[in-house]
Amino acid sequence: MTSLTLVRRIKARPSIVFDALTTADGMVQWWGPDNGPVLIAESDPRKGGSFRVRFRKIDDGTEYETIGKFLDFIRPERVVMSWRWKDGIVDPGESRVEIVLRPVSEGTEITLLHSLLHDEESRSSHEAGWMGALDKLVARFPEAADDAVSGPPVPPGRSVPPALVS
Amino acid sequence: MNYQQRLDRTFFALVDPTRRAILAQLQRSSASVGQLAEPFAIKLPAVMKHLDVLADAGLISRKKSGRTVTVRLRALPLRQAMAWLSRYERFWSGSLDRLAAYAEREETDSHSEEG
Repeated sequence: MTSLTLVRRIKARPSIVFDALTTADGMVQWWGPDNGPVLIAESDPRKGGSFRVRFRKIDDGTEYETIGKFLDFIRPERVVMSWRWKDGIVDPGESRVEIVLRPVSEGTEITLLHSLLHDEESRSSHEAGWMGALDKLVARFPEAADDAVSGPPVPPGRSVPPALVS
Repeated sequence: MNYQQRLDRTFFALVDPTRRAILAQLQRSSASVGQLAEPFAIKLPAVMKHLDVLADAGLISRKKSGRTVTVRLRALPLRQAMAWLSRYERFWSGSLDRLAAYAEREETDSHSEEG
């Protein structure tokens, strides 16, 4: 259990699924854990390109923004994204999402692996101009601020790591 | 150690099935090193190594009294790892449902355009 793995079968061709995963037109349709709206979806779907998606959760109305970069991009077979939460509110760390698409008789089988981003990739993505270097995160995240997406937003006054954007 | 490094250590510690079995045993009650070694077909020094990894990750504490070392489970890192996993599981299970629905609509639309 080093990471989260999910496997899904989708009744659509890999190229359609891949574009749905990686383009702004696609992301705006599905990004977020519930049926809340996607407020901003920006994507530069190519290796080294960045994406930014802002969504609102329907249950508490809180807005969250995720930012990342395509570390690998092989249409329609495999995409790897770096992932972090703007302002580090949900999870101060940086993580990595790898999605592999495999054609099957009914369409596409996708295998999604969400894991921590390892130092090597973090460094190389930093060299490529990505601003999320983890070593800038000096403030120690409070032990208790560990609630999931569905948890309450961080109340004012509680220390939150500084935004990684410099 | 920052949050990311702590999580990394926890996940690393949990990769190994013997270490997971040790944690499962400690979940029932604290135990001596000898008691922990008993169910496994490995030598005591190997068990000690596993315990070192678990201790580094903050998953256990060891307390010596006389000749016995008592091992206890420390739940916080495990809770943090579980919270990390469940947070992203919730995100992705909801997102993938909608992704599938959208991609399937796109597929159907492309057929009707061709037809």
